[in-house]
Amino acid sequence: MTHSKSKFSIPDFLKYLSLIIGVFVVLFPPYVVIVNAFKSTDEFNSSSSMALPKNFLNFDNFIAVFQRGGLLSGFGNVLIIIVITLTLNILFGTMVAFVLGRFSFKLKPIVFGAYLVATIIPSITTQVATFGIIKNMGLYNTLGAPIVLYIGADVIQIILYLQFIRNIPVDLDESAMVEGASLFKIYRSIIFPLLTPATATLIILKTISIYNDMYIPYLYMPKQSLGVVTTVLMRFQGVNSGEWNLICAAILLILLPTIVLYFFLQRYIFEGVTSGAVK
Amino acid sequence: MLGTLSYNKQKTIIIVSFLLIPLILLGTFTYYPALKLIYYSFTNWDGYSPEKPWVGLANYKEVFTTPDIFKVFTHNFAYFAMGIIQNIVAIYFAVILTGKLRGKTGFRILLFLPYIMNGVAVAFMFGYVFDTTNGSLNVFLNNIGLSSLAQTSWLGTDGLVNYSLASTGFWRFMGYNMVIYIASLQAIPRDIYEAAKIDGANSMQTLWRITLPNMKPVIQLNLFLTVTGALEVFDLPFVLTKGGPAGASQTYVMRVVDTAFAYSNYGLASAMSIILLFFVVFVLLLQQLVLNRGGDK
Repeated sequence: MTHSKSKFSIPDFLKYLSLIIGVFVVLFPPYVVIVNAFKSTDEFNSSSSMALPKNFLNFDNFIAVFQRGGLLSGFGNVLIIIVITLTLNILFGTMVAFVLGRFSFKLKPIVFGAYLVATIIPSITTQVATFGIIKNMGLYNTLGAPIVLYIGADVIQIILYLQFIRNIPVDLDESAMVEGASLFKIYRSIIFPLLTPATATLIILKTISIYNDMYIPYLYMPKQSLGVVTTVLMRFQGVNSGEWNLICAAILLILLPTIVLYFFLQRYIFEGVTSGAVK
Repeated sequence: MLGTLSYNKQKTIIIVSFLLIPLILLGTFTYYPALKLIYYSFTNWDGYSPEKPWVGLANYKEVFTTPDIFKVFTHNFAYFAMGIIQNIVAIYFAVILTGKLRGKTGFRILLFLPYIMNGVAVAFMFGYVFDTTNGSLNVFLNNIGLSSLAQTSWLGTDGLVNYSLASTGFWRFMGYNMVIYIASLQAIPRDIYEAAKIDGANSMQTLWRITLPNMKPVIQLNLFLTVTGALEVFDLPFVLTKGGPAGASQTYVMRVVDTAFAYSNYGLASAMSIILLFFVVFVLLLQQLVLNRGGDK
């Protein structure tokens, strides 16, 4: 079993083949949505669902989507929720990870365990009980409901931060201590900034998961004016079912922001864990 | 101000103050509802009356004596099976995309792409893909000569609908698993590989002796998430099929939610949630037992 040194070997060929199949499977459904979003109703009914549209500049469907549904306020609401949630969540997440990653104390396994065990509690079914808590807090049918439910740190976030913190040399903390820095200052000026790649990753992941979440807004914000993109799309599909070219346009409009965001920020996700902290 | 205190005192202050709010949040929105759920499960509360009549174990008895309730778990199995395949594929792509390969960044970006897409939009997108008459999957199958398959009603056939839905989940989440695996692969210190190379290890030995053992915690976490994910599937069938045709794609969580919010039977719904929680714990323990015994460490 010696490693092949040739320029283009059979394993390489199989690797590329599997990757190309993977990419085809990934791109097939969006392709269908894109081509049909630009078709007029007549064209949609007469052409194959995989055929290209006659005119890629036919924006009628998109205009109709904006005129019929509360998509703009949907975007606005979800943006407010995301900004407030992420600011607090990143703060809490880094704080928990700093404490768990840098100090040892008796209750540490219990704290980490509490976050770990939390993931096994089925979050959708506990809404049966959470519902009453949110109502008692006066947050039902306000943007506050999803915010308080999203801001808590979760175990994936803590594990990701801990992985990064382990790679930040303790020497940095110690030399700051020699210079008389407080532990809070070490958190603020050393740990927090060096967690930026992980934070960027989490911002993207959490933005996406909040933008995508359907059940929390559906359950806690049934008010028409508090629609977020998911609930707006569900209402739109309900009212216009069967008009697939319109629905394709709506789908595309809702997919576009995250796709744009992703192509701008993807390097943060994939950026290596090791950042040259020690000079 | 903090700087004048001894580091021991500072440490205590930081630990307490940094954990306070996060732990309050965790308690209020995770553990407190869970405890309330246990309490409700012994009552037949209807969700709004002030009194919550105590009924003891009646709800649990009802769950276990109504075969209809457990039958829905067979629908969840499809998601479990797909989830396992999804993890294997994700590890495969993660390993080849951390190796030496031209264009690996591009492939990584594209394979992760579905994860960032809006779930409801994806659900409707696949609603169109799976459509029997106009659906692009059947058109595609017809085009490549598989016309016998091209009449399939992907979302309208009893045994098939759950696999169709689960494959949508696969499509969406494989890239996410892959990126987590890639991160764990990159966290393995390079010098271990260099040392192995000096010792003359080949690439298969490196994979079995270094890569996979180092990925073990992350694999365990991902598998755990896959299993809980499969037990708790909700969004996709809720949006796309509403449990149809005739309940064939109703999942356990959908049933719990219906029981509570549509039929106002919070007591029974709570008992069903607690049973689900027990299943999750059981599967987790089983997985730990099997994986830790099978480990070659």
